[in-house]
Amino acid sequence: MTGMDSQRHPIVTESDVVRVRQVVRTLAVAAKLSLVDQTKMVTAASELARNTLVYGGGGEMMIDLVDSGRRRGVRAVFIDTGPGIPDLDLALTEGWTSGSGLGLGLTGSRRLVDEFAIDSSPGVGTTVRVVKWSR
Amino acid sequence: MDRIPILKMGNLLLVSIQVDLHDQLALDLQDDLSERIVATGARGVLIDISALEIVDSFIGRMLSTIASLSRLLDAETVVVGMRPAVAITLVELGLYMPGVRTALTLEHGLALLGAEVRVSRSDEDEIDDAQGDREPDGLAGYAPVRAGPGGGEPATTGAASRGDGGRTGDR
Repeated sequence: MTGMDSQRHPIVTESDVVRVRQVVRTLAVAAKLSLVDQTKMVTAASELARNTLVYGGGGEMMIDLVDSGRRRGVRAVFIDTGPGIPDLDLALTEGWTSGSGLGLGLTGSRRLVDEFAIDSSPGVGTTVRVVKWSR
Repeated sequence: MDRIPILKMGNLLLVSIQVDLHDQLALDLQDDLSERIVATGARGVLIDISALEIVDSFIGRMLSTIASLSRLLDAETVVVGMRPAVAITLVELGLYMPGVRTALTLEHGLALLGAEVRVSRSDEDEIDDAQGDREPDGLAGYAPVRAGPGGGEPATTGAASRGDGGRTGDR
């Protein structure tokens, strides 16, 4: 899979979360995702961007179009240098939510995308990479 | 900071969300609506989300909270105009909105609220006329979004079922 035109967007304020949605929508359209798949990808990005802001203390999103040869897709990577997630398995358990009730983010957005990878180390930060492919 | 406008029409409050909601705007709307319900004595709240391209968990939770708040303040909430792609995404996201009733169109939403207001205030309602021959039974398809497993606010789920319960008995 090859990427092109990688863009970097800060996630520091609530309006950055809104901007992230718009950017993801634009690229999802460019990748020729269906309307439903665009909506799923934008919603997943909104959840993940909010996680980056609220739990990660801010960070950024890297986004690009990807090409597998047969299909195009959108890849978004959410990066923060926050406290990290001590127990990833628990955080990815269905129905689990942290105390502040902003749950759903990880498990919910995982269901909305085609590829989902997360890397988190306590004290270092969290990186979540998602891809949605055109059909 | 801008706010979402709230319009009063008879004993209803109408909100049409036309902007891409950031979180604080959503929270402000919750506060503004509860104040307006009390100030106006509104019996129904109609929220048009047809312009919303996505509903994520935060916005979904806001709609649930508004429904719960307005119920406590003796007003019914109906959310109208959800796009099909948004509905599909919400189901897959696993977000169930306890206590939130939905209707496909503004017209159906008004009928839903009108029907309920008519039932609970039989003597005085100008909405009766606008209702014409629409039967409340004809609205049976507009069931509320049901509380799902592990869904948020337990306080709302019991009271949130069909529209023919709850309001009529205690008047």
